[in-house]
Amino acid sequence: MTLSTTSNFADPDAAYRLIVEAHRGLSDEQSAALDAALVLTLANHIGDLGVLREAVELAKRGVVGEG
Amino acid sequence: MAPAAFGYRRHPDQDRHDPARHPVVVVGAGPVGLSLSIDLAQRGQSVVLLDDADRIGEGSRAICFSKRSLEVWDRLGVADRMLDKGVIWQVGKIFLRDAMVYRFDLLPESGHKMPAFINLQQYYAEAFLLDRVQQLPAIDLRWRNKVTGLAQHNDHAVLTIATPDGEYRLAADYVVACDGARSALRGLVGAEFEGEVFEDQFLIADVKMQAEFPTERWFWFDPPFHSGQSALLHRQPDNVWRIDLQIGADADAAVERQPENVRPRIERMLGHGDFSFEWISVYKFQCRRMQRLLHSRVIFAGDSAHQVSPFGARGANSGLEDGENLAWKLDLVLRGKAGAALLSSYDVERGQAADDNIRASTRSTDFIAPHSAQERRLRGAVLQLAKEADFAKRMVNAGRLSVPSVYDSPLSTPDAEAWAGGPKPGASMIDAPLARTDGAACYLSDAFVAAGRGFTLLHAANGAALPDGVGEIRIGRDAPLRDNAGHFAQRYDASPGAAYLLRPDGYVAARFKQPTPAALDAALARARGQA
Ligand SMILES: Cc1cc2nc3c(=O)[nH]c(=O)nc-3n(C[C@H](O)[C@H](O)[C@H](O)COP(=O)(O)OP(=O)(O)OC[C@H]3O[C@@H](n4cnc5c(N)ncnc54)[C@H](O)[C@@H]3O)c2cc1C
Repeated sequence: MTLSTTSNFADPDAAYRLIVEAHRGLSDEQSAALDAALVLTLANHIGDLGVLREAVELAKRGVVGEG
Repeated sequence: MAPAAFGYRRHPDQDRHDPARHPVVVVGAGPVGLSLSIDLAQRGQSVVLLDDADRIGEGSRAICFSKRSLEVWDRLGVADRMLDKGVIWQVGKIFLRDAMVYRFDLLPESGHKMPAFINLQQYYAEAFLLDRVQQLPAIDLRWRNKVTGLAQHNDHAVLTIATPDGEYRLAADYVVACDGARSALRGLVGAEFEGEVFEDQFLIADVKMQAEFPTERWFWFDPPFHSGQSALLHRQPDNVWRIDLQIGADADAAVERQPENVRPRIERMLGHGDFSFEWISVYKFQCRRMQRLLHSRVIFAGDSAHQVSPFGARGANSGLEDGENLAWKLDLVLRGKAGAALLSSYDVERGQAADDNIRASTRSTDFIAPHSAQERRLRGAVLQLAKEADFAKRMVNAGRLSVPSVYDSPLSTPDAEAWAGGPKPGASMIDAPLARTDGAACYLSDAFVAAGRGFTLLHAANGAALPDGVGEIRIGRDAPLRDNAGHFAQRYDASPGAAYLLRPDGYVAARFKQPTPAALDAALARARGQA
């Protein structure tokens, strides 16, 4: 399996919104903790080390790559 | 354009001791009140239209009018002028800093009479609507008539109206409140107007200049010329450009709107100073609605009933849809051909639409102005990922532009058969290119107008027997209209014999692969609120 980056949600705005709302009312530290828990939960759901590695690389390029 | 002013004229109703009684009084001659009045008049109703001002044409307000609004205006006989004057567009581009991250096309297919959008200053739209009003003797438009009081009775309402000659009263079977965001009538019925107020402020400048930008909607997150904030650039007629700059929650609006403070911001954006200002204002936006759009004899439509932020152009456009939804229902009720159930479907359908529009507008506004550090990070991640990942492009939200709502409605007959496509019951009709028997091209939307703008059976010949009082659009090899390119068959999943029952607002009430007279009669009764 390879990482799918095409849009999989019928309503992408609703998915984004669900995550936004999960954070509403949390402190910054709580938000970071929520994100960490979410990442681990979703990674387990995917259950494929190769896909997870690709996702990490894609995400990391945006944070440290390109400058 | 200089504001157009209109004279106050005393009306004989003002000399009466007892209030004159009219079938319908529309309060507010904004885009919604004007369009609704035209629609009612074209359906044969006499309308009194009141407005507290005596002029139109000030300020920066709506510029983007949707395909759906143009289709409504086409039915009202005003779309040609809007199209002639307006600038047509369908492509939007979104930039992060100076790189494009997403491009969208709002109407990728051909074969529609109306474009995806036009940009047109609201004062032009109002001026063209007013010209149409003046052609219709059934509309009695009274300037400088300000509604200040309301008494509700069993079968009518009485308005108190202030004029330069003092107060008078008018009675009406129904009052439609199109009196805008600060609606006096909303206060007079005691309704609340609840929702979210966004803290961020936006500086809106209409700038006159010669420019080479394409006719597209350009939106920037964190542009080099306006660091950390958003910006929007959009063309209007007359070489006027709408520039919308986010200036944050803490900016001092009175200072920011001074031309000498706006000029350097625009110069940074454009890289030159060769422009002049048409209008400058600073806005804060809100998303809110009334819980109920019907308050016994007073019906609310447009900004009086709901308000959204402009990202998505859902204000005037949704108000025009309100008017179109209401006009035919009110007409049938005033003729005694339908009852309260039909009117309450207005509340159901347009209440759903208000919720849809508020949801979409809130999501966009929150994306543009994040509430917290976490939301800003989340958005940053989406924008960053959007450079290479399609899923993230689809989450970039700089405004989801107005499309007609789909109703989950008591007037709809659910599908009994499986359809592979086409508009479902509760969705609005889709245009398609057709040809007449002599080969001349026309559109399905033209055929709908020609069929009388009532209930209409749209069918792929040789279809059903026509119920009484229902117009007809028949398409097929031996029919008055031909589907030579096959677009109608494809857009409606129309096999021979298939039929769509359209409501007077062009929405689908029911559809059948092989309709029977009994099924059509039942669907028609239901769509009239009789079942
Ligand atoms: C910056 C900005 C940009 C926008 N951009 C868009 C856009 O691109 N697309 C879009 O669709 N919408 C847009 N909108 C929203 C749009 O302008 C409104 O939704 C639209 O004007 C609503 O029309 P209306 O007829 O309901 O109310 P209004 O236009 O407010 O008209 C109300 C009328 O009622 C009259 N009135 C008020 N009180 C009384 C009274 N007591 N008695 C008698 N008459 C009265 C007023 O004089 C006025 O003529 C924008 C708004 C803003 C502020």
